[in-house]
Amino acid sequence: MMKKDTTKGPRALTLRILRSSPTEGIAPHWQDFHVEEAEGMTLFIALNEVRETLDPALQFDFVCRAGICGSCGMLINGKPGLACRSLTRDLGPVITLAPLPVFELIGDLSVNTGKWMRGTAERLETWIHSSQEADLTAVETPMEPELAEAIYELDRCIECGCCVAGCGTLRMREEFVGAIGLNKIARFRLDPRDERSDDDFYQLIGDDTGVFGCMSLLACHDVCPKGLPLQTQIAFLRRKMVASGV
Amino acid sequence: MRIIYTDVLVVGGGLAGLRAAVGARRRGHDVIILSLVPPKRSHSAAAQGGMQASLGNTVKGEGDNEDVHFEDTVRGSDWGCDQDVARLFVHTAPQAVRELAAWGVPWNRIKAGDREVIMDGKRVTLTEGQAAHGLIAARDFGGTKKWRTCYVSDGTGHAMLYAVSDQAVAERIPVHERMEALALIHEGGRCHGAIVRNLVTGELTAYVAKATCIATGGFGRIYRVTSNAVINEGIGAAIALETGVACLGNMEAVQFHPTTIFPAGILVTEGCRGDGGLLKDAAGHRFMPDYEPEKKELASRDVVSRRMEEHIRAGHGVKSRFGEHLWLDITLLGAAHIDGKLREVKEICQHFLGIDPARDLIPVRPAQHYSMGGIRTDARGHARGLKGLFACGEAACWDLHGFNRLGGNSVAETVVAGMIVGENMADFVESAAGELQVSTALVRECLESEQAKLDTLLHGNGTESGAELMRRMQDIMTDKVGIFRTGELLQSAVEELQGLLVRSRRIGLRTRRPGANPELVTAYRVQKMIKLALCVAYGALQRTESRGAHFREDYPRRDDADWLKRTLATWQDDFQTLPTLDYEPLDVATMELPPGWRGYGARNAIEHPATVGRAAEIEAIRAAFGHADRFTVQQALMPFDHLIPSRFRGRNARLGETS
Repeated sequence: MMKKDTTKGPRALTLRILRSSPTEGIAPHWQDFHVEEAEGMTLFIALNEVRETLDPALQFDFVCRAGICGSCGMLINGKPGLACRSLTRDLGPVITLAPLPVFELIGDLSVNTGKWMRGTAERLETWIHSSQEADLTAVETPMEPELAEAIYELDRCIECGCCVAGCGTLRMREEFVGAIGLNKIARFRLDPRDERSDDDFYQLIGDDTGVFGCMSLLACHDVCPKGLPLQTQIAFLRRKMVASGV
Repeated sequence: MRIIYTDVLVVGGGLAGLRAAVGARRRGHDVIILSLVPPKRSHSAAAQGGMQASLGNTVKGEGDNEDVHFEDTVRGSDWGCDQDVARLFVHTAPQAVRELAAWGVPWNRIKAGDREVIMDGKRVTLTEGQAAHGLIAARDFGGTKKWRTCYVSDGTGHAMLYAVSDQAVAERIPVHERMEALALIHEGGRCHGAIVRNLVTGELTAYVAKATCIATGGFGRIYRVTSNAVINEGIGAAIALETGVACLGNMEAVQFHPTTIFPAGILVTEGCRGDGGLLKDAAGHRFMPDYEPEKKELASRDVVSRRMEEHIRAGHGVKSRFGEHLWLDITLLGAAHIDGKLREVKEICQHFLGIDPARDLIPVRPAQHYSMGGIRTDARGHARGLKGLFACGEAACWDLHGFNRLGGNSVAETVVAGMIVGENMADFVESAAGELQVSTALVRECLESEQAKLDTLLHGNGTESGAELMRRMQDIMTDKVGIFRTGELLQSAVEELQGLLVRSRRIGLRTRRPGANPELVTAYRVQKMIKLALCVAYGALQRTESRGAHFREDYPRRDDADWLKRTLATWQDDFQTLPTLDYEPLDVATMELPPGWRGYGARNAIEHPATVGRAAEIEAIRAAFGHADRFTVQQALMPFDHLIPSRFRGRNARLGETS
């Protein structure tokens, strides 16, 4: 067995990036960048180093760089994930990076998730539907602590788009709402403050662009960086919507 | 030239901007929001621990009300805040929490009966009453007398941002994403909107509005080590400064958060300490009680950060290859608590440090976290010096926080200020002063001037590198304008920053494409950011006292006699290399809470001559009112009702409070 050579210097990393610029008509092509690995290096650090020292035009999106905001979803060695919290030490010496599919491409690693997510919010009406205006000075309506926690569990989605990018159904059916959309419906369905009934939700997702379109490949569940229980939620929602539909 | 007209233009799609937009929209006005990023990606999402509001539901919040929250906030600010604004804020905060509850925020709720908590390193049993079951819970935070911080695990900002952002969708408010305001359109002291750059195509558009609101957050990225998101570059504040008429208040008041993970600077919430976590040194010793016997780990952030750095200076830091740090110990809270209430902290520790905080200590060191300073407004959120310009949230110096803000008061401020400023903008738009009277010639001139600046960068013969100037500025700020400040260091920072500013006028680019061009963005932003950095450094150099987060080793005492005043920075001429500083005195004679000791930290302030008189007056008023209810007494001390928008004037009901 080979002993680990501790005198060896830091690894030389190759970032193999799928470049493109639709506004300038530059077609997608791979380009390699070489950086020296540093301790605790994330793809956030590595990509910024590339931009600062090698190519100031390289496009990518980071905001919080802490795994909270969902801006930096990309294909890392072919798999959707958050670049900001991917440590290079967990990856091989050649790292391929490509923009998330499905979303409108802006350029290089940057895609327009915002437009897609706004569309989803409008289509599924992802807000509390209540016929009464809240009395802001009155003591709030109580809620069981466990229920509040269960709602938060589903509310933790950061709309990074990894589930969308990993979805088999979406490749064939562009109008599919995706796991993110179904999870939102599950979240509002659980919330007693939302007055919509299962019939109302059925109108939103009761067809093959909604919950019945899912082919149950469930890559969404595997790639969700927040570990949301997407598999269970989709299955549960499907049963409820069937009950509503018949 | 493309012109878009709207009633209200909101620059910034975080919590403050979104809530202000919803308010104005609900009053029937057309609103457009501009955002650098999709609004749900805003830095508001990074607020973890919670928002303060004196609901007083939990047993450790019993007896809490607006008065207690007010006093905590003023003490936290080291008497630098505007007390009218603090009153307005504490009055509206409970309504904000309840509104958010109605909008779907899954606030953690109280479970009746016994539960074990950790307090001061010991296991304690608390018993929650039956009547409180299911009401909104609260946790402990620094610098507060009561447990007042309402929370959603440690994803509070995320849950709030999603709820408010979805309300904006429900109200059909358009959000123009990846759009950046480069300049305000203004003439004769009236703001008419902004010149805006599309970050994808590079195209400039003029947005003409009756009211313009800047809600672009803080400017932490002028520092190298900061918890702030990469978009927190303060461009909104900078474009207000560049009008030459609007001013920035208290820019030297910069908060350093005690617990960011070392060395990445990513925040771990104050809730870690609020829930019972301890700070320890290289020897494993819990050192905060040695310095701060009253509040220990839960003194205000300025005090804790200073004590940590002091302890490291005294040789007790943990040495690592990146430098020294201390430990945050939350192992005593147990895995179940961490899995439920500190999940983001757990994920951050796992992904960025490779540790499990239920078993391992977290390496932490203070880092830049919050900008108390910003666009100076009045209590209605209207910018000083520029009619039709409003500001709210971290971008503003409304001035709720003075020289140190309390944890949980900023995410609360975003929605509270949004509620208030949204109403006030609607009032303005409906008033005679709100009529739009702008010539398209002015708009064209303004747009062409911005285009010319971009063209100079793209096609000029400059040789300086924007990225290099940015790095140097960030180094200067972190090394010389940090937690401990001295005249000598600040002087050298100011001189060097002036040099950078001059160099920033000669930036040249390698990438000349006009559209999506990160190099161009860095170039025009760093020109603005160096001005902000100069406001901070020069303001800090001039302020020869220590107050809140602004600590001068050469002037270690708070000096109310000479410095009970707010710094106002303007930048009248683009070719000056220093801001013009003016000062706005705070009036002790009208304060509800005159200056005194904060209840933690140093006890050596130089007294203001009017303090004794005002204190006596307050005592006399209290005595004269005898058994009158607290509202009546408060009104006699410092009336503020006229500042509350009419729809928020009602009194907040509380469990067990009769009045």
